Amino acid sequence: MAHAGHNPVLSDLRRRVLALEQSRRAARPPLEFGLEPIDRHLPWGGLPLGTLHECLESGVESEHAAAATLFTAGILARRRGTVLWCLRGRDLFAPALAAVGLGPDRVIYVETWKDGEVLPAMEEALRHGGLAGVVGEVARLGLTASRRLQLAAESSGVPAFVVRRWRSDSERAAADEPSVAFTRWRISAAPSGATSAPGLGRARWRVELLRCRGAEAASWIVEACDAEGRLALPALLPDRPHPQESRSPGDARPLGEARPLGAGGQLRRAAAG
Amino acid sequence: MCRDGARRLVAAVDEAAWTLGVRPGQPVAQVQASIAGLAVVEAVPEEDAAELAGLARWCGRYGPVVQPDPPAGLLLDVEGSSHLFGGEAALMADALRRLRLAGFAAEAGLADTPGAAWALARYRPGQIVARGRTGKALAGLPVAALRLPADTVRGLQLLGIDRVEDLARLPRPDLARRFGRELLDRHDRALGRAADPLSPLVPDTVLQVRLAFPEPLTHLAGIEAALARLLPQLCRELDRRRGGLRRLDAVLRRVDGQPLGFRVGTAAPSRDAAHLGRLVAERLPGLDPGFGIDEIVLAAGRVEPLPERQIAAGDLAGPAGDGEAVALAPLVDRLAVRLGASRIFRAAPVESRIPERSVGRVAPLAPLGTGSWPTVLPRPSRLIEPPERVTAMAVVPDEPPASFTWRGVRHVVRAADGPERVRGEWWRADAEAESLRDYYRVEDTAGRRFWLFRDASMAENGQWWLHGRFA
Repeated sequence: MAHAGHNPVLSDLRRRVLALEQSRRAARPPLEFGLEPIDRHLPWGGLPLGTLHECLESGVESEHAAAATLFTAGILARRRGTVLWCLRGRDLFAPALAAVGLGPDRVIYVETWKDGEVLPAMEEALRHGGLAGVVGEVARLGLTASRRLQLAAESSGVPAFVVRRWRSDSERAAADEPSVAFTRWRISAAPSGATSAPGLGRARWRVELLRCRGAEAASWIVEACDAEGRLALPALLPDRPHPQESRSPGDARPLGEARPLGAGGQLRRAAAG
Repeated sequence: MCRDGARRLVAAVDEAAWTLGVRPGQPVAQVQASIAGLAVVEAVPEEDAAELAGLARWCGRYGPVVQPDPPAGLLLDVEGSSHLFGGEAALMADALRRLRLAGFAAEAGLADTPGAAWALARYRPGQIVARGRTGKALAGLPVAALRLPADTVRGLQLLGIDRVEDLARLPRPDLARRFGRELLDRHDRALGRAADPLSPLVPDTVLQVRLAFPEPLTHLAGIEAALARLLPQLCRELDRRRGGLRRLDAVLRRVDGQPLGFRVGTAAPSRDAAHLGRLVAERLPGLDPGFGIDEIVLAAGRVEPLPERQIAAGDLAGPAGDGEAVALAPLVDRLAVRLGASRIFRAAPVESRIPERSVGRVAPLAPLGTGSWPTVLPRPSRLIEPPERVTAMAVVPDEPPASFTWRGVRHVVRAADGPERVRGEWWRADAEAESLRDYYRVEDTAGRRFWLFRDASMAENGQWWLHGRFA
C-alpha cells in the first residue's frame, strides 16, 4: 500500500470517492412525516438525522407512554434498517410495534432497567452507527446526558429518540429539565372520529411540538400510525379547538385542515425551559 | 474404480467381487466383460482420506501416535500403552473387533518397526512378532511386503528374487545401483536398521496463548498491556485457521495459586483483536489481582469458521441482511459484555393464543423468519403484566363496560370493540382448559384506549382486568 499514494490513477479515484461520500453525508434527507403541515412547520422539512429527539406524555400517562412509544416506532418504521430499543421494564409489547411497521426482524431490544444503563447503551449504539435509529426509555434526561447523546448521534448520523417515562412524582418533576434535544414532542390521546359501524375507528392523537430548534411550538390532531407507521390528517375535525391567530407566516390554509395552534402559556413555559 | 490416464482400473473390491476373481489394478472393461452385473463405483480419494483421518483419530484410544497410511492403512505406536488393554494380543483383538463391528474389513500385524507391522498386516494377518525377531519374521515374506513400488517388485521378480530373505543375501551396492536407494531404505527400515519415525496426526487442540511474567502484575495497566500482546497472537492463529471466536476464555493465575477467570462471548465469529480487546477490557475492572498475576492464558473456547470477507463501513442504514449482522455484531458484543448476553435480544413470534406468551426472545443476530404476529388482531403497545383488576360497570351483561375504574380514576367508555375470545391452552395444564378471556378495546371520553378482558361471563361472576394500554 505504501506505493499506492504515488499512483496518480489511484489517488484520483480516492479523491473522487471522498467527494462522493462527503456530498452524500451533507445531503442526508430528513425523516419526513409525510404530513404536509408538520413537515412544513419543521425547519428541516422533517426530523433531521443524527440528532436527538424527545417524546413524552403528560400526567399519569407517562408511566406507560403508550402513544409516545407508537409515535416513535412509527417514525422509525418509515426508515430502513435495524432499530436498537433500550427498554425500561418489560411491558413493551412487540406485536404492537410490528403492527405499525416495525417488524420483529427490525428491532433489537436491550433490557436496561435504569437510566444509568439506558443512556450508556444508547450512546454506545449511536457511536457505533449502522442503525436506523436508537430509542431509549428514560426518566431523567439532563443537559449533560442529552449533550452526550446528541454528540454521539452527530458522529454517526443515526437519529436518537428518547421516550420519557416516569413512575414517581420526583421523576415527573424533572420533566421540564432542559435538554439539547432538537425537538420535544408531547403525544396525548384525542377522541377518535365517529364511525358508521359500531366499534372503534382509527385512534387519534394530539401531537404537540413543545420545543423545536428554529421553529415555534405547535400542535396538531392526527390519526395514529397505520401499518406502515404513517400518520394521517383527520378528514374532519368536528371538535377542533378554536383556531387562534397563526404564528408562522404563510400559514393561510383553508379551514378544516389541521393548522398549528398557537402555543398556550403552558407550552410557552415548556419551550422556554 | 479409479483412472490412470485414459484407462479405467479397479481400485478396490469388496468380498463378493474378490471371490469372483476381481483384483485391484485390473482394467474395468475387462472385468465387466467377464462378469455380468458388476457394480462399478467411481473412487473418491478425498473422501477415503477424510474417512481414514477420522479413523486415525478414533485409534488415538490405543496409543498416542497414529499415522494415517493412505490409501487404506493406519500405523499405530502401541509401545507403552498395550498393557492398558491387557497385552498386545488383547489390544489387537479389541481394535479388530471394533473395526469389524463398524463395518471395516480390517487386518492387523504387530512388530518392532512400522515397516514390519505393515508387512505382517498384509501378508501374515493377525501375527505378533516378538521383540527382536523381526528379521526372521520377514524372511519368508514376498518382497512386495517391503512397501516397494510396483515396478521395483516386478524387476525383482524378473531376477528371481521373490522373498525378503533372497534380498538379504544379495550385495547391497549392486542392489542400490540396479533399483535405487529406496529398496535398501525400505529394507533397512523394516528390519529396524534405519529410523522410521511416524508422523503423528496432530489433533485439533484448543487454541490458546499464554504469557507468564517473571514479576507478578498488580496493576490493571500491566494486565491490559499483556492482553494487548496476547490477543493479536491469538487472532493471527485464528486467521491461519480461518476461524473466528464465539467465546474467549481468559484465565489469570494469581500468585497465591487462585485462578481468576472470565468468559467473553461474541454474537458473530470474530478475530478482530481490537474488538476482542474492548470486550475483555470491559471485564477487567471487576477482577481482584490480589498480590499479583503471574500468568495469563487466553483460550479460544468456541471457534467457528470465519472466511475472509470485505466488510463495508456501516454508516448508512441498509436493508437488513447478512452484511448488517456483521456490522452490528461488535455493538451487540459490547452491550452483551456490559449488561449480560441475555439482556440483548430480538422478539420473535411464538405461536400462542395467550397474548403474554406470543412473544419469545431470540439471540439478537439470529436469522428470523419473515413471520410476524397477525396484524388483524389489535394489540396494545404496553402490556400490563400481570393484569390489573378494574371495577367495571356493564349495563348489559356480556357487553363491554359502560365505565370502569382503574387506579382510583373512573373512565367513561365512549366506544368499544370486541369481544376477542381467547381460550386457555388446554394442552398445557388442566386449569387452562377452563380459562377464558373476552378481550375488549375500549376508548374513554378523552380518547385514551385500554385493553380490558373479563375472565368469565357475567353469569359466572366474571371479573374485569386491564391488560394493556393502546396509544
